[in-house]
Amino acid sequence: MYGTAEFPDWGDPNSPASLHLSNEYIEKALEQTQVPNLVTAVLADYRGFDTMFETAVIFCAGLACFLLLRDFGEKKERFYRHTPTGVILHVKDGKKTLTVGKEFEHMDKDWVPSDLIIKTVCRILIPFIQIFALYVVAHGDFSPGGGFQGGVIFGSSLILLAISYDLKTLVKRIKEKVLGIYAALGVLIYVGIAALCMPMGGNFLDYSKLAPLVPGDPHHIRALGMLGVEIGVGIAVTAVMAIIYINIVSQGRHDEGL
Amino acid sequence: MYWPIDLIVLTFVIFLAIAAISVKDLLATAILFGAYSFMMCLLWAVMGAVDVAFTEASVGAGVSTVFFVAAVFRTSRRTKD
Amino acid sequence: MTELLTLIVAKYNYWLYVILMMIGLYAMIAKNNLIKKLVGMSIFQTAIILFYVSIGYKTDATLPIIQNAHGAHGVVIHAADYINPLPHVLMLTAIVVSVATFGVAMALAVRIYQRYQTLEEDELRMRLSED
Repeated sequence: MYGTAEFPDWGDPNSPASLHLSNEYIEKALEQTQVPNLVTAVLADYRGFDTMFETAVIFCAGLACFLLLRDFGEKKERFYRHTPTGVILHVKDGKKTLTVGKEFEHMDKDWVPSDLIIKTVCRILIPFIQIFALYVVAHGDFSPGGGFQGGVIFGSSLILLAISYDLKTLVKRIKEKVLGIYAALGVLIYVGIAALCMPMGGNFLDYSKLAPLVPGDPHHIRALGMLGVEIGVGIAVTAVMAIIYINIVSQGRHDEGL
Repeated sequence: MYWPIDLIVLTFVIFLAIAAISVKDLLATAILFGAYSFMMCLLWAVMGAVDVAFTEASVGAGVSTVFFVAAVFRTSRRTKD
Repeated sequence: MTELLTLIVAKYNYWLYVILMMIGLYAMIAKNNLIKKLVGMSIFQTAIILFYVSIGYKTDATLPIIQNAHGAHGVVIHAADYINPLPHVLMLTAIVVSVATFGVAMALAVRIYQRYQTLEEDELRMRLSED
């Protein structure tokens, strides 16, 4: 209990956490990197190694979730519903596949009549959410935000599509293989940009040596390197959020959902 | 920074945390957990950590609550303690 | 005794963070249901992040985004005007890792329920010893 007497006071500018290194970050970050948002500057440039492994951790979490739950067994029973009259066909044997005409639709086990209000509102809202997510990623340098936040918002727009419509709608639009490729692509973009600095003559994550490749102002090269890296993080996080949701809510079978 | 806001939100957070682990219905736990996450986000925004607050708002009060409700949907909803 | 009390009251915010951490730890250890343990783990993680973020606060300082960045090329930036951004960066990584762990733990809970039809720890122990 007497240990808490030694803690610094609330809001003290001279506390040990604020003395040594962070002053240098605050004062030098604008002239070295041309990025006003100090948190993004430290996260993607001065401490870029940590962010690379954090992206790898997110990718591993998506991979673990897929490996734990994915169930490739064949479907056991199917339900078809005749739309004009409401009669339900229950096919018990999973091996026979019926080709049904236009008036039948394939339905889940607990079927609720689809709500028109929810479907229409979500269909209007989802493109705006995605544009907002892209805005957050692109403005990570100037306002609070960055790659990870934008990626989560984009992923949650995909989850909204799965909740308001069917899970099958989402799986049909964005197949599982494509999601896996996107997740790996995000990590590869990050490592690729970092590794590209090495043949140009710098260390592993030294963005300032990329200047001959990019047309434009050589002072902004560190900000552009940061932007590329944040895009990689955003793509990886989007795919992983969608993968984890699809696998948890359908117990790996990818047929029914919430 | 106005210290009563800090103290009020902190005590509210502690009450929410105690409530989230003592209710018997798992869906109520999910909602209380989302509310706890959102109050934490407010606390960090008041302290000036806007990036951390943005991340916690999108992750904790968004995606994490959805994962929780999806898992409760696939397992049982009542619990004995 | 009174000097202990004044000591506690002066640093009250640290005591409240410690209380929150202990609530999370209690839930991880003493609750039977697996999902309640997960909620306790998440409470513990966010309480630690709160503690770290509160260290970096400076009185009368503004957000860690440099103002008037477009026109200023010769302006000297004083470090005392901005909040310390270093704990925020580390805690951003901590939040990301926390949500990844939460997702994988939920997947594990669903799998356990598929196999054993229960999520209570004492029933699980009984069924595991029967297997």
